[in-house]
Amino acid sequence: MTDLTKLKIAEARDALRKGDVTSVELTEACLSAIDAADALGAFVHKTPEIALEQAKAADARNSADAPALNGIPLGIKDLFCTKGVPSQAASGILEGFRPEYESTVTSQLFADGAVMLGKLNMDEFAMGSSNETSVYGNAVNPWKVDDRQLTPGGSSGGSASAVAADLCLGATGTDTGGSIRQPAAFTGITGIKPTYGRCSRWGIVAFASSLDQAGPMTKDVRDAAIMLTSMCGHDPKDSTSADLAVPDFEAALTGDIKGKTIGIPKEYRMEGSPTEIEKLWSDGADMLRDAGAKVVDISLPHTKYALPAYYVIAPAEASSNLARYDGVRFGHRASLEAGDGITEMYEKTRAEGFGHEVQRRVMVGTYVLSAGFYDAYYNRARKVRALIKRDFDQVFADGVDAILTPATPSAAFGLGEMAEADPIQMYLNDVFTVTVNLAGLPGISVPTGLDAQGLPLGLQLIGRPWEEGDLLNIAYRLEQSAGFVAKPSQWW
Amino acid sequence: MLDLTYEAPQPKTIAGATGDWELVIGLEVHAQVATKAKLFSGASTQFGAEPNSNVAFVDAGMPGMLPVINEGCVAQAVRTGLGLKAEINLWSAFDRKNYFYPDLPQGYQISQLYHPIVGEGEVLVDMAPGIARRVRIERIHLEQDAGKSIHDMDPHMSFVDLNRTGVALMEIVSRPDIRGPEEAAAYVGKLRQIMRYLGTCDGNMQNGNLRADVNVSVCRPGDYERYQETQDFSHLGTRCEIKNMNSMRFIQMAIDYEARRQIALLEDGKEVVQETRLYDPDKNETRSMRSKEEAHDYRYFPDPDLLPLEIEQAWVDDIAASLPELPDEKKARFVTEFGLSEYDAGVLTAEVANAAYFEKVAEGRDGKLAANWVINELFGRLKKEDHSIEDSPVSPEQLGKIVGLITKGDISGKIAKDLFEIIYTEGGDPEAIVEERGMKQVTDTGAIEAAVDEVIAANPAQVEKAQQNPKLAGWFVGQVMKATGGKANPAAVNKLVQEKLGL
Repeated sequence: MTDLTKLKIAEARDALRKGDVTSVELTEACLSAIDAADALGAFVHKTPEIALEQAKAADARNSADAPALNGIPLGIKDLFCTKGVPSQAASGILEGFRPEYESTVTSQLFADGAVMLGKLNMDEFAMGSSNETSVYGNAVNPWKVDDRQLTPGGSSGGSASAVAADLCLGATGTDTGGSIRQPAAFTGITGIKPTYGRCSRWGIVAFASSLDQAGPMTKDVRDAAIMLTSMCGHDPKDSTSADLAVPDFEAALTGDIKGKTIGIPKEYRMEGSPTEIEKLWSDGADMLRDAGAKVVDISLPHTKYALPAYYVIAPAEASSNLARYDGVRFGHRASLEAGDGITEMYEKTRAEGFGHEVQRRVMVGTYVLSAGFYDAYYNRARKVRALIKRDFDQVFADGVDAILTPATPSAAFGLGEMAEADPIQMYLNDVFTVTVNLAGLPGISVPTGLDAQGLPLGLQLIGRPWEEGDLLNIAYRLEQSAGFVAKPSQWW
Repeated sequence: MLDLTYEAPQPKTIAGATGDWELVIGLEVHAQVATKAKLFSGASTQFGAEPNSNVAFVDAGMPGMLPVINEGCVAQAVRTGLGLKAEINLWSAFDRKNYFYPDLPQGYQISQLYHPIVGEGEVLVDMAPGIARRVRIERIHLEQDAGKSIHDMDPHMSFVDLNRTGVALMEIVSRPDIRGPEEAAAYVGKLRQIMRYLGTCDGNMQNGNLRADVNVSVCRPGDYERYQETQDFSHLGTRCEIKNMNSMRFIQMAIDYEARRQIALLEDGKEVVQETRLYDPDKNETRSMRSKEEAHDYRYFPDPDLLPLEIEQAWVDDIAASLPELPDEKKARFVTEFGLSEYDAGVLTAEVANAAYFEKVAEGRDGKLAANWVINELFGRLKKEDHSIEDSPVSPEQLGKIVGLITKGDISGKIAKDLFEIIYTEGGDPEAIVEERGMKQVTDTGAIEAAVDEVIAANPAQVEKAQQNPKLAGWFVGQVMKATGGKANPAAVNKLVQEKLGL
């Protein structure tokens, strides 16, 4: 079989079960592809020995009713703690850190037979929208316009790049404000952030605890459903994990969306939005209508406050979550001079270990939680958050099953292009996605078209809480209608 | 409910150059919750383990680790709240208190600033029979303890022991209702007593399982009453907080020193600066640790890793139903049921084990006599040998039998002391020993009569004197007792002596 790496998870599963291919063959193919793709900067730590060992074990276990992920080679975002394997959240401060524990999500994937190819690049501590804040350097989008290198988006940029370039069959991502959905849209793949509480956060390096969720990044919706089924589930080690049964999400993919109501929020129509994005969006609405859904205009009136509220809450939580990186117990510790005390150790260690964007957010977060500013910023942002959630509750109560929006305000931009820009320009990438995290809802990004330069664009569907099955099915229908099959041509 | 009535004690006054001053004191008591596991991890809380051996990943602040509340700690906090007659909040929440320190691995302490689990309660602090101070409890919240930094093991390095990191503490916050150093110590003692009754804190101050931050201010007579009337703190002086006191004696000494320091400042026309101070027992003084301006900004905010803590009334009711009889009720009952003085009842109820011991001794017997024997003989003897009631060589059953033998008139009080000594050192059944060793009082008048006759016959000169001065009859009683080896019933001897001498 040729081009094994181009297989989707569902295809590989069927081939493995039938014995047409072995996991070792699949894994070796992926490992070669990875070795040939260093230019993409997707994998920051390769684990071929672990991968081959897991692949052999998967082959030994193989049967016609083996778990769906048995023998499937995946990439793991560096934010996940993987036992004995460097897990640095792409930060210098976690230099040399190899956890003695395995995150719940990766444990579940491996328990279902998945194979780990290595750790994937990301923005440092998941803070960024372009994968340019990583200590490992940029991840690069396999899509390219002429000689211009593009961002794969962020923070799960390595995951997006690896999946889009067929280096692995699927990857884990995490999404705090859009970190799965935006890179998925920039690279022409599918990414879903489930309802907050669906996936355990245990063992995932925390960015903003009330917003962080893990999710899969895959080549299509079916694969997302397969991976998500394995990743979800109640975990008593995470107090915010929901004690709910996990359905077989793949079984929900009927493609039948007749009678479903799709909301189009008017507040997501941004002034100065590219006409291509507007067209992509209205085309998507038409596709769903043609498939038998009812498309209605809706209003989410507090949308415009979401981005500022997000950039108060997320840094506030991050400033506290990142306090543990102090050089005392693990990771980087600055070398000290005679006379330096504990304060100097903290200051030098954190100044050396954290990149600029992380430092900026820690400072913003510290500021908004400070005495005298807490009510004006953090508390007000929490109130806004409650209003945003109420907007969604209202729309769902009115009978809307899912909400359709653009995933990003533009296609992928060039690496380095935003270097001189105001950080807020970068934050605007999250304008369509942060509301979903603030409200704790499931959201999925599906590629539905190309822009004039031939770069992929995605649409986002937002679902009711805990209704990932329904959301995936609507996304599946949209995917079928859009028929997006474009692939980047291999230049790396 | 049996309730004793109390009057409030007089506040302590300190005479200054410009007149009298009074003290106003509030305490934050940190009590380590008696549980096997930490507040948010399964690591052990055992004291004295090898450094850094009782540490879960979450206690060490490892990346991606998450806290999960230990239900046992919540139950203990509720139990303590109920023991302090406090309101239990069915909805409470955890907040992060952020600051950097090497023994605080997460970089924040998980605490309950905004919504504590226990609300307002009350403690009656006994000062003397009939005198007690009612101290209002403002709140009790659950929080994590920090680890221990060790700076004196190496000239260039500091070491950290995380065994205590994350152990559950209850912070019990009082209103400023305490009016003197002795009251402050008695308040801590009363909390300790109640928590030991409840089994929610072992109260071991030496191991740091019970510590207090003491807030002290001074004011003029009358100001405090104005505060109580209005609850307006502006009537009170500026307070200083003395941190981390773990001895009753030092609490008193620190308060006394601190009050006098503040008075001296005020009388010099200076101001008391609100600040945190440390007490140095070697020098008996308090020193500034940090001023209000240098105070940390802890940036409290709700911990997003934890859901609000919701408990059910039925669960609280179950805990309430399992509460033991508490010290105040027990003491009142001992006074009414056994006819004890409040003082003796207080001594016997100081520790629940003592009270239980006493009740076994007193069961079906003379309560007062039982109390005397427990307090004077048993406690005295145990103290001399540094024994606790739990390892008393004399069981309550044995002591009960001794008391019973006295009441029945089988042995005199003097013989009883000998018997107690035998039981204490050799053990055995008191009743059997009395029989075997012929310790029983002679109540047979014939035998006593013979002894009396013998003494009278042998001492004719004394007989004459006694007949002129009846007060001397006691000499004959003494001689007869001596002759009978102390076993004669003294009352019977006395009666016969009087008769024979014709008095």
